[in-house]
Amino acid sequence: TVLKPKIPQKYTEPTTRINSFKFEAEYRRFGLKRNGFGGFQEFYHLLQNIHHIHDLLPINNDENFHKAVSSANPVLRIIITKKEGDSVVYTTNSLQRRRKGLGLTGLRPAGSGSIHSKNKSGLMIGPPQDFRQISSIIDVDILPESYRRVRLHKYGSKKPLGFYIRDGVSVRVTPQGVEKVPGVFISRLVRGGLAESTGLLAVNDEILEVNGIDLTGKSLDQVTDMMVANSHNLIVTVKPANQRNNVAPRGSKNSMGHSGSVGSGGSIGSALSHDSPSPASQSNPITASIAEGDSYEEDDDGDVILENDCLSPNKYYPVTNSNSSTLNRDSPHKGQHSVIPQSVSMPNSLGTSLSHSATMMSHHNGGSTHSVSSSQESMKEDGNVITL
Amino acid sequence: VGEFFSTCGFVQPSKECKSRLRGGSHLAGAANNVAPFQRDGAEGCPSCNFLVCVCARAPPSVTRVTSVLTHSSGELLLLGTEGGHVFIVEVPGFRDCRSTIHSDLQKPPYDYIGRRNLEHVEALQENPINSNQVAIGYGRGLMVIWDLNHRCAIRHIPATQQLESMWWTENGSCILSSHSDGSYCCWTLRTGDKKEEEEKSNIPYGHFPCKAINKIVQLPTAGGPPFLLFSGGMPRASYGDRHCITVIYSKTQVAFDFTSRIIDFFVIRDGPHHTEPSALVVLVEEELVVIDLQTEGWPVIQTPYLVPLHSSAITCSHHVSAIPLKLWERIIAAGVVQNTQYSKKLWPITGGQNLAPDPPQRDLLLTGHEDGTVRFWDASGVCLYPLYKLSTAAVFNADADLNDNMSQSAEGEWPPFRKVGCFDPYSDDPRLGIQKIHLCKYSGYLTVAGTAGQILMLELNDEAAEQTVEAKVVDLLQGQEGFRWKGHTQLDVREEPVLFPPGFQPFTVVQCQPPAVVTALNLHSEWKLVAFGTSHGFGVYDYLQKNTVLVKCTLNPSDQLAMEGPLSRVKSIKKSLRQSFRRIRRSRVSLRKHHISNTNKVIQEANARLEAELAEMELAPVQRKIEARSSDDSFTGLVRILCFADTFLSDSSHNTPSLWAGTNGGTVFAYILYIPPVEHRADEALTAQPAKEIQLMHRAPVVGIVVLDGHGAPLPEPLETAHDLARSPDLLGSHHVLVISEEQFKVFTLPKLSSKMKLKLTAVDGSRVRRVGVAWFGSSRTEDYGESGLVFLTNQGDVHVLSLPHIKMQIRYPCIRREDVSGIASCVFTKQGQGFYLMSPSEFERFSLSTRYLVEPRCLVEAPLPPVFSNQHQPKLEGASSALRYMLSPYFPFFLQEIQKSLEGDQT
Repeated sequence: TVLKPKIPQKYTEPTTRINSFKFEAEYRRFGLKRNGFGGFQEFYHLLQNIHHIHDLLPINNDENFHKAVSSANPVLRIIITKKEGDSVVYTTNSLQRRRKGLGLTGLRPAGSGSIHSKNKSGLMIGPPQDFRQISSIIDVDILPESYRRVRLHKYGSKKPLGFYIRDGVSVRVTPQGVEKVPGVFISRLVRGGLAESTGLLAVNDEILEVNGIDLTGKSLDQVTDMMVANSHNLIVTVKPANQRNNVAPRGSKNSMGHSGSVGSGGSIGSALSHDSPSPASQSNPITASIAEGDSYEEDDDGDVILENDCLSPNKYYPVTNSNSSTLNRDSPHKGQHSVIPQSVSMPNSLGTSLSHSATMMSHHNGGSTHSVSSSQESMKEDGNVITL
Repeated sequence: VGEFFSTCGFVQPSKECKSRLRGGSHLAGAANNVAPFQRDGAEGCPSCNFLVCVCARAPPSVTRVTSVLTHSSGELLLLGTEGGHVFIVEVPGFRDCRSTIHSDLQKPPYDYIGRRNLEHVEALQENPINSNQVAIGYGRGLMVIWDLNHRCAIRHIPATQQLESMWWTENGSCILSSHSDGSYCCWTLRTGDKKEEEEKSNIPYGHFPCKAINKIVQLPTAGGPPFLLFSGGMPRASYGDRHCITVIYSKTQVAFDFTSRIIDFFVIRDGPHHTEPSALVVLVEEELVVIDLQTEGWPVIQTPYLVPLHSSAITCSHHVSAIPLKLWERIIAAGVVQNTQYSKKLWPITGGQNLAPDPPQRDLLLTGHEDGTVRFWDASGVCLYPLYKLSTAAVFNADADLNDNMSQSAEGEWPPFRKVGCFDPYSDDPRLGIQKIHLCKYSGYLTVAGTAGQILMLELNDEAAEQTVEAKVVDLLQGQEGFRWKGHTQLDVREEPVLFPPGFQPFTVVQCQPPAVVTALNLHSEWKLVAFGTSHGFGVYDYLQKNTVLVKCTLNPSDQLAMEGPLSRVKSIKKSLRQSFRRIRRSRVSLRKHHISNTNKVIQEANARLEAELAEMELAPVQRKIEARSSDDSFTGLVRILCFADTFLSDSSHNTPSLWAGTNGGTVFAYILYIPPVEHRADEALTAQPAKEIQLMHRAPVVGIVVLDGHGAPLPEPLETAHDLARSPDLLGSHHVLVISEEQFKVFTLPKLSSKMKLKLTAVDGSRVRRVGVAWFGSSRTEDYGESGLVFLTNQGDVHVLSLPHIKMQIRYPCIRREDVSGIASCVFTKQGQGFYLMSPSEFERFSLSTRYLVEPRCLVEAPLPPVFSNQHQPKLEGASSALRYMLSPYFPFFLQEIQKSLEGDQT
């Protein structure tokens, strides 16, 4: 398990807000008394407790812990992950999986030095080296509870997307009564593929949208082509066949009906409060899908251009030069520097994301339904949309 | 056939037309006025006021109409049915005359025994000299002459063979009947005598069992023996599969052998009284053939319209706008030489006027065919007219003997066959098939490329010439190891000099190795270079110095499918062959369909239902794999587009000639070409140097590359500025290159190739670019204003227009059905914003996106004159145009009920 400090930031609240992230799959926010945070051991046990980890955390010492705290000034970001074994991680119970993918994870300590962190011995503090996000659930706060919006990150991965779709009949409830309409469904998951390993998609899930675009009236071939065209960063909105794992929009504590919804059986730490959603899920419901669509423009600019001096045919690997990978890695840093100060409190952060959405909207309206964009613009967007 | 008639988009209707539609429906028409008639429940086709249509798809029942007679009075319609009844109906009101002739009224002669049923009404004929007499022919063979006034049978003609057709000779003295055993009989009707005499029964191709004679016609001539024409009757075993019409005149007998099924025929007669047979008009399934019966040897008259486009299957097409007059005339001259075998006679069918204005410019549509021919069509106006046909087969040693022209009948061959018609679906060698065509209208250079990797360079020559065609083999693999080509072998180029007729004459052949189908082709006549690409790579050939300038292998070494050759293609040929055999069988079945007994029908229906269910079961579990494209996909190296451009590739101050190539795997290669100055062009070496390479992240196939000049306008065609026909490109501002993949449009700056703009298509609406072209849209208001636009067709069948250079969506129009895959694949755009696509193998549909350049069929068919009736006492019709109105008259459904009722009463 790795705990790592992130770019710090000023914060003033009686409790320290801590976001902790386990295995890229389990996300916890909790508060910590500012003046009673105790020592490392205490914090360690707390984390163990919250994440139900009993024997996985390697023993670390106070010295290491304090060093982490001191180097991470106001914000300490904790990411908990396994050192090895990627695919196994995501096969855990789906309730926990629902918590991941919020992109930004952070521990925001109060004031001066009251920060806790952990790291595994022998591991550097810094961005994880053998760590890559492959999927996430997004927009939980704006979607009906029976829907799920899943992002599959294909870039740089040798793993196939690994699923098949088919035509089918979907039953919709309309004011006129129950209506049968043609729909597109997942027909098969390939063993070991990206889709299967996320556990977020299942056979017979109905696909409603691809990258924010409604599929009503589209043929199976069209949907196939759309998905392939978006395969580098595919966002599908599905209506899961199994509705039992839905996230209920429970008004838990100060969630404000947003992604407090993520709160479910998983968290034990009753003293810890579920907190404001991450900026990712704060985007305005109306513009959310569009904003997403645009923020993904980035991945297409990864065309490889070879000049004559380096022309050696058939020997290039787009990954090495692709903007997407670097951008995605960089964006949290940039983003936090510039934007996070506004996102400390709810109203502000909402405003920020709204303003982003506004720029994207206007930009989007420039073209017709087909979005025309210049690469420079999309570069800027990449910087702005912090958590995507 | 109806579809066939709209070939080339324009039909000059004939006044006299009698034919039987595909699938057995009847289309009877004459100069007489007969109201359109539609059977209940069936979809009819009331096309114009002198046509009678009976639908073929009527459910089998006793009321099914099996024959129609339009009475010369213009007021009666006789309908013979499956049940053997003849209904006499007043037209155009469709009032039942209450004079139904029931088959049991006939009381056949006593010796016509052992026949329970007369069967359906096969034929109805009116006595040409006495319109009160009508001959009714029943399927069993019995013919009855019926008097309409007295409502009684006058005579019975007891033929014993299954009846196929009947013909009442001009003078009313004889009835000819043709039968299913290949025989015909002539029955003389002697007045006053009650007994008919079978004058002769004749099986023209006799001895061995023969097929039925489907239709027989006899026409007198002014001073000589009559013409006898009949279709069918061939010896079953040896020539049962031929589609023949035999014409017998005096001692001459010819069996015209058609390549597709005969639907119907009639004879045009001219002379002062319209009595002399002058031309035989035959409608066969795939074309219309007119034979001159007055000229010695009965030659074919060239069709001015309805020329079958698909005489051999169309494999590609290429459109060239605004042909210079000089080239136009030379092509026409070359074409005229080819048409010597046709009759000099004028086209005998008149009627209708073409009101369309003269086309503003001369346009050519070139179609490449499976048999290695390229046909040049005048596409300036509404009607496609053939100008010239180029055959590339002569360059190669083909397996088939080229001198086997039209199987000229040997002396004394019986039956005396003569092949007519140009529809010939059988290709001698599929490798000859034409895949890409490029014509330079300024220089007269033409390049065509085919299925076996052959690229021919041709030059227009007004004289016949005997020359050796130089062959050059280009190895596109560039020494790649582990390659095993399993496709077809390359074509054998003739080494000896070949005599080429005037027209386009080949002087060089480039043969790609491996001989895979050529997938991209471009010609730059100013630089004298031709670029070609296959699934393995691409090359540039200098046709002046006759050597290769550049060869580039694009093959991914792990791409087994591309390596091994077109196995799937072989499979598809097999499949299509199988399908065509099935089709033939089906058409035979449909031919005989009303002789099938009811039990058979039930079985057939059940089988059909079962088959449909099976087909559905097979189709049901359709699923699509969702996977990102990768460099390991098959055919990523297939070259989709090649383009020459004079632009800035190395630095922003010097423009150089360049070659651009786009592949299936989303890669674009750009090469700088060094072309020596004109004075050293013939001896100094040309070089090509790799300059840039773009790998599109999304890896979708690159289908188009357009270089835009400093004004954002597409670069002109080669030689276009030299001929002062285009503004020279702006070389001061910065150039851009627009790369069009199946999924998106992307503009890169030159020479840096940084991405400037893009437009996503597939990611947004799920459609993909299939065809793309640059078009110039002239304003319809002012002569001097116009804009360039990018026109493209998607796999959903929508045509879109994008602005240039800003690639903004301008308009979208659903043009082709999305299911019509071959239609979408066949689409070509013109430079003026029009387009062509194949709506069927034989028909091009033309569309226009431009308001200035619009080609529309504007024509007029004058309604026939009010008829003059022989029997004046009957009231005249109001006029021809009223006929259609009666379609909607309240009498119409009433009439149908009447028929129904009378039959129900009959059955109970």
